[in-house]
Amino acid sequence: MNKPIVATTSLAGCFGCHMSLLDIDERILHLIDLVDFNKSPINDIKKFTKTCDIGLIEGGCCLDENVHVLQDFRKNCKILISVGECAIMGGLPAMRNGLSVKECLDEAYLNGPTVKNHNQGKVMPNDEELPVLLNKVYPCHEVVKIDYYLPGCPPRADLIWEALVALIHGNEMDLPYEVIKFD
Amino acid sequence: MSQKITISPVTRVEGHGKVSIHLDDNNQVSQSRLHIVEFRGFERFVQGRPYWEAPVLVQRLCGICPVSHHLAAAKAMDVIVGAGTGDGLTPTGEKMRRLMHYGQMFQSHALHFFHLVSPDLLLGIDADPAIRNVIGVAQNENFQALAVQGVMMRKYGQEIIKHTAGKKIHGTGAIPGGINKNLSTEERDLLLNGEDPLNAAKMIKWAEEALALFKDYYHKHRDFVDNFSYFPSNHLSLVRKDGALDFYHGVLRAVDAEGNKILKDVDYQHYLNYIAEEVRSWSYMKFPFLTELGKENGWYRVGPLARLNTADFIPSPKAQQEFEAYKAHTNGKPNNYCLHTHWARLIETLHAAEVIKDLLEDPDLQKDDLVVKGKRMPEGVGLLEAPRGTLFHHYEVNKDDQITMANLIVSTTNNNQPMNNAVENVAKAWMNGQNEITEPMMNAVEVAIRAYDPCLSCATHALGKMPLEISLYNNHNELIDQMQSDYTHTKSS
Ligand code: SF4
Repeated sequence: MNKPIVATTSLAGCFGCHMSLLDIDERILHLIDLVDFNKSPINDIKKFTKTCDIGLIEGGCCLDENVHVLQDFRKNCKILISVGECAIMGGLPAMRNGLSVKECLDEAYLNGPTVKNHNQGKVMPNDEELPVLLNKVYPCHEVVKIDYYLPGCPPRADLIWEALVALIHGNEMDLPYEVIKFD
Repeated sequence: MSQKITISPVTRVEGHGKVSIHLDDNNQVSQSRLHIVEFRGFERFVQGRPYWEAPVLVQRLCGICPVSHHLAAAKAMDVIVGAGTGDGLTPTGEKMRRLMHYGQMFQSHALHFFHLVSPDLLLGIDADPAIRNVIGVAQNENFQALAVQGVMMRKYGQEIIKHTAGKKIHGTGAIPGGINKNLSTEERDLLLNGEDPLNAAKMIKWAEEALALFKDYYHKHRDFVDNFSYFPSNHLSLVRKDGALDFYHGVLRAVDAEGNKILKDVDYQHYLNYIAEEVRSWSYMKFPFLTELGKENGWYRVGPLARLNTADFIPSPKAQQEFEAYKAHTNGKPNNYCLHTHWARLIETLHAAEVIKDLLEDPDLQKDDLVVKGKRMPEGVGLLEAPRGTLFHHYEVNKDDQITMANLIVSTTNNNQPMNNAVENVAKAWMNGQNEITEPMMNAVEVAIRAYDPCLSCATHALGKMPLEISLYNNHNELIDQMQSDYTHTKSS
């Protein structure tokens, strides 16, 4: 049997979910025996080179660019998993959802104590190189269909490991109560 | 014909990044920029939240070194609850936090060296990108043991964090005025004398070996290491009051490229008197500078290189010995060699391991006096040395305990101008006059950035390479050539 192919990405996340994957420690060496990685931070593959079996998504969507990446993952992965609170429900970045983007930008670039006396020209980041902020932060399932959810902030390493092993072997997995409540 | 080259994404940290490089008609680099392309709005949306939430909220900006944000926010909240700055806590409170922080420093530095830098050093900057990652290192039988060592060093640091903060990522250990748990004797024994290799003595030994590995590489590739993106700059960090290297608490010091003190051990509660930030339209990340020197000349570097330039000595014996050899290399003057950052980082790793062992042997960690409270204050600044450099947190809190103002200058932001300089330097050195952009040239740009900011790289780079895309545009902004780091090459016109 061919090894299942896994892809991962970080959208509007803090990379803590990827770090939690690294916290499987020595098992990372077994993981490379169990699966092949395609597009992922862990290698050089920038664009999907083949259809993947499992896509792990960290983070929700706060930029137009996040939406494009997520849609690309949906197109190229048979199973998509929202990993962690940000992917599942926006997480901490979604705390800006009650505010306008302008208020947030003004605070950072015009009103903050280290800028307010030093930005007479009222310069704002607006270059064509910069992606556009969405009006709010969206959880992944509002943008594309998501097949599974792994709760936690971040989901603990054992949970990520068990989920991957269960999926690879076609088993069901148990989510104990204490990992489902927010942490 | 003039061209624009875009490297995207360089990766994320507290943000995603990309690089654009403009070439003029003669293929000379006319402009290069590192754009940070992500914005969160934390400063605004944290307003209205109760102050005690800050240490658990803010760390979710960055899961790569969350302990740094957790503790910087907690230090600011110490001031708010009247527990003073840094030295106001109980010995147990302060030492538990130190243990957490040095554990974080140790795991972050180990991750950076083994997972990110070692592929470049062991396999070569121009090695096939398909194997130039830590998996490539692990699968190479000569280096397998080393890869395992890296994984275990990171694991050890993460275990320390788990036992001090409650969990490995986004813990809750530090609270305003102190800490919510001490270290049980079982936990202490586990960390101090745990089963091989997870014990303090082994970590010191492995840190020494990693340092020896780098020094060996340096002796073989001296010209490359010395000449890669060298430029003079100012350097800023915390130092202990007596001038010792300290990651957790102290006073702010800055030196210029010659070693003259341009910020003389000031109290960081007054950082606003000395530091300001410039906004530029092409990046979401601001550009900090020393106000006295102004926007042009006031920028500075932070991180391992800067810390070993500002500190007078290292308060642990083995690291101090290494420090003396390192300083002798530049005759005691500040070190401005970009790639020597790795050397400095490994000396710090050794120091962190020594401090961890000393702390674990300290009976204060088993005492029960955990929290201090005093006169409630309306404003507080928390500062510490994160793995990547000085981290500023500043909050104002109203009578209802709500945060009304938050200002953060994170390590990566402090290094914004230096990273831009490094990119420019390398772009000019590697791309000027070249007709074709090759993968090693792109990697060279990454290598320069990676030296400053493990996060910028370890983000997408946690196990290997960050994906890069370089696009060449003509002066009408039409795409004429595109190249990806997995060596696919497309021509579109
Ligand atoms: S869920 Fe938590 S750990 Fe994961 S990206 Fe979001 S904030 Fe970071």
